[in-house]
Amino acid sequence: MTEAKMKRSILARIVPQLTSLTRRGPSGWMVIVGIAIVSAIIVMTAVAPWISPHDPNLQVGPIRAPPSLGFPMGTNQLGFDMLSRILFGGSIMLEISVLSVLICFLVGVPLGLFSSYVGGMFDRGFSLVIDAVYAFPGLVIAIAVAAMLGPGVINMALSIAVVYIPSYFRIVRSQVLSIKELTYIEAAKSSGAKWYTILISYVFPNVIPSIIIVATVNFADAVLTAAGLTFIGLGVPYNIPDWGWDLKNGWQFLSSGAWWIITFPGLMIILLALGFTLVGEGLSELLNPKLQR
Amino acid sequence: MGLRSYIITRLVLMIPTLLLLLSMVFLVMRVLPGDPVALHFEKKADPATMDQMRHILGLDRPILEQYIDYIGGIVDINYLLAHGYPNLGKSMQTFEDVGGQIFSAFPATLELAIYSMIIACVIGILLGVVASKSYNSVLDQFIRGFGTVTYAVPVFFLGIVLQLIFGVYLHWLPTGLRLDPSITPPTGLTITLSALPGGFPNHFLLSSIAGLIVFLMCIVILKMRRKNLKYRGIAISVVAFIITWVIYAFVSWHFVQAGKLQISTGLYTIDSLLQGNIFTFFGSVKALLLPSITLGIVLSGIFVRLTRTNMLETLRLDFVTAAKARGLKETTVTYGYALRNAFLPILTMMGLQFAMLLGGAILTETTFSWPGLGRYIVNRINFRDYTAIQGAIVVFGLLVALVSLVVDILYAYLDPRIRL
Repeated sequence: MTEAKMKRSILARIVPQLTSLTRRGPSGWMVIVGIAIVSAIIVMTAVAPWISPHDPNLQVGPIRAPPSLGFPMGTNQLGFDMLSRILFGGSIMLEISVLSVLICFLVGVPLGLFSSYVGGMFDRGFSLVIDAVYAFPGLVIAIAVAAMLGPGVINMALSIAVVYIPSYFRIVRSQVLSIKELTYIEAAKSSGAKWYTILISYVFPNVIPSIIIVATVNFADAVLTAAGLTFIGLGVPYNIPDWGWDLKNGWQFLSSGAWWIITFPGLMIILLALGFTLVGEGLSELLNPKLQR
Repeated sequence: MGLRSYIITRLVLMIPTLLLLLSMVFLVMRVLPGDPVALHFEKKADPATMDQMRHILGLDRPILEQYIDYIGGIVDINYLLAHGYPNLGKSMQTFEDVGGQIFSAFPATLELAIYSMIIACVIGILLGVVASKSYNSVLDQFIRGFGTVTYAVPVFFLGIVLQLIFGVYLHWLPTGLRLDPSITPPTGLTITLSALPGGFPNHFLLSSIAGLIVFLMCIVILKMRRKNLKYRGIAISVVAFIITWVIYAFVSWHFVQAGKLQISTGLYTIDSLLQGNIFTFFGSVKALLLPSITLGIVLSGIFVRLTRTNMLETLRLDFVTAAKARGLKETTVTYGYALRNAFLPILTMMGLQFAMLLGGAILTETTFSWPGLGRYIVNRINFRDYTAIQGAIVVFGLLVALVSLVVDILYAYLDPRIRL
């Protein structure tokens, strides 16, 4: 099998499944709705400077004012306009999730490819380390790393990545273990292809569908973990509007009954995570051969 | 490989895994920036005092030496016997035994984890079965939606919303703590013991009754499993008889001399029942309700999805059609036949979810001021309390490893293909 043919066969597997989403029943619609939610949030955050009614970091009204015409979502404990903060607040979550998925991808996939392809004692030992991390409560690791690294977007992305690199590693490894026994890899080897050529051009494309599913789920997890870290007090400093920060600090005024300070940021976090989850769940059901009829 | 050797292998493998985890945490904590002593004094003390404190805590020694010291402390059997918990070093914040602090915080987390897991499984499996029975109907889509949405809800946000509704507005349930401060925590069952006349020899003779009970139980169990009772079975029972007799005699003598026997689990709901105090029991259930429902609902989403997919696959199999064709009742087919077969992946998921549950417990504990291990970690991490965090992580790791072992044993027990 030539290289071009290989690539075409893989594309032939993925592309039609993504282009005809509307004809794929509920799972297809889940992907569409998910993509719509996420893009809407991205657009909202991008155009926030032009559409937000107030400066999100300025006291513009009375503190903890309930929703009214002037402030449709009320004001928070510092008298900041909640609507403006909601519009601006997605940037940190989005940055962290994209960064952490990128780090996971760049570290986890090559590690998985390499480790399983080399095999032997190296693979065994490495898998043991990865499994130890994987089996452990992820949030505890994220908290430990985030606390040690200090606040900041990149540090948070790193601490989240540490938790999810094992899932990339494991999925890639299990796939490669079965792929590398296939005859076309043998053919490539016997025709004198270098090990990195085999890994990159022959093995990697076959792993892509699984990685896509892991990555979309990872986006949702990253958003939730970032929110959790912020809630514990390991988030980014407050002069950048952030849903997680609003939620954490609004919670302290819970007993006063100021529901609007926590409800709106919380709902936005749910919406963003839900968007990613829908894409991930829909895709995994579309690409799962067991449920296809 | 038989089940017994499998369990032993797993138990032995737990030691290097935990050691690996511990070593990683140990190294990472010391390599990354942050100084527990400076944080303890809030950078106000003079350098000489801080150096002295570092010396007392052993932070000025090479990392390898500290590490060997720490591992040596954990395996110190004498300390374990004297205190009832292993030596996990002194906290770098409060300078108390970390083992003791963890020992007192752990039951709170365990109680929360157990009840949330039960809630998650009941909600998840029931909804999953219902969804799979009405595949692609409105109900199915609704339940699928529930499964997806709960996955996307941050557990602390759900906790806050429930606090707001049931605590702040309705005043039905407390919004925090394990028990109302006005109620004294349950102590468990206390039995007052008085020594028999005749001292230890008499006591020892009477203890043979306990051994006899175990002997009879052994015989009954072996008989029930239709094992050959001839030589091996009787030999095993006799050995069990002697071992139980001796151990029971000495252990109970220890308690008789102390004058009382304290049975306490640290779980408030069980302890209050043991004590027979219904008032305390309802108090602790009330406090448990919101946190465990919060965590249970968030976790149930995964069980809904998993149950649904597995039931869909199982309901399509031939044996289900065969069972239906024989005229068995619909519920019998669903719960007695299909669910039993779809249950194994769910069981595996329970084991995997346990780690996730502990992660969620940290956030839930923070939301509800629940005095468990999660809040302990969160409180200590800002002070770089190395020893406290190492200790808590070892306990978490041990718990996760034990749960996955139990799940594996259950799996082997439930799946006839793996049975011995």
